[in-house]
Amino acid sequence: MEVFLFWIFAVVAMGCGFLVVWHRNPMNSAIYLVITMLCLAGLYVLLMSGFVATVQILIYAGAVMVLMLFVIMMLNLRADTLQREGSTRAWLLAGVVGVVLVFRIAQLFSIGDPNPPPAEDFGTIEAVGASLFSTYLLPFELVAVLLLIAVIGAVILAKRSTP
Amino acid sequence: MIPVPYYLVISAVLFVTGAVGVLLRRNALIMLMSLELMLNAVNLSFVAYARMLNDTGGHVIVFLNIAVAAAEAVVGLAILLTIFRNRETVNVDHLNLMRH
Repeated sequence: MEVFLFWIFAVVAMGCGFLVVWHRNPMNSAIYLVITMLCLAGLYVLLMSGFVATVQILIYAGAVMVLMLFVIMMLNLRADTLQREGSTRAWLLAGVVGVVLVFRIAQLFSIGDPNPPPAEDFGTIEAVGASLFSTYLLPFELVAVLLLIAVIGAVILAKRSTP
Repeated sequence: MIPVPYYLVISAVLFVTGAVGVLLRRNALIMLMSLELMLNAVNLSFVAYARMLNDTGGHVIVFLNIAVAAAEAVVGLAILLTIFRNRETVNVDHLNLMRH
């Protein structure tokens, strides 16, 4: 069952990831990106990381992608701007280089090591929270400041300036 | 039980796909989405290594990474919106004001 789910999630994630890049309409790309993120959340569950999977669905597939869809609808792109840029030769070259790159990277991993048995509370919200508020306290506070800056910046940038 | 390197290969495929998208597409919206795809691929390899090394630190990094990605998307889309209001285009090849 785990093997079956892994292959379903893996194939759908990679296929939809390819379609995000390939599709000419940004709206369809956004929907495919949502599917990719949901499949990645499934893979996180298979890796025994329930907390990260929940955050992935809530924040990424929920909040960030809704924001993107809002902006795509607000922009109201004309139909003649929706085209797939780049020549066929460029896409072919990118495909070949990409496949070679993936094979080169995959050679670095020794396939077949059995996974170690997970710790008692691995990936639970208690374990992640305890680590987040003790070892990683400084990065956590810095991210809080970063989010505040991003909110202020977005409001200032997107505010319609009145002449 | 699926070995962890399988997840790393999926992560590599997604990252290369996102990189190709950023390099080849000229629609700024799709370039932003390809960036999100690359960030997601990195997140997947973090979670896979956390499982391999039995270390919760990887999950914390992914959590922080998602927050940074959200901030990046918000600011990027706000800039895109401002550009579209002024220039009526999101094609980055048409945004060559600094070149002239």
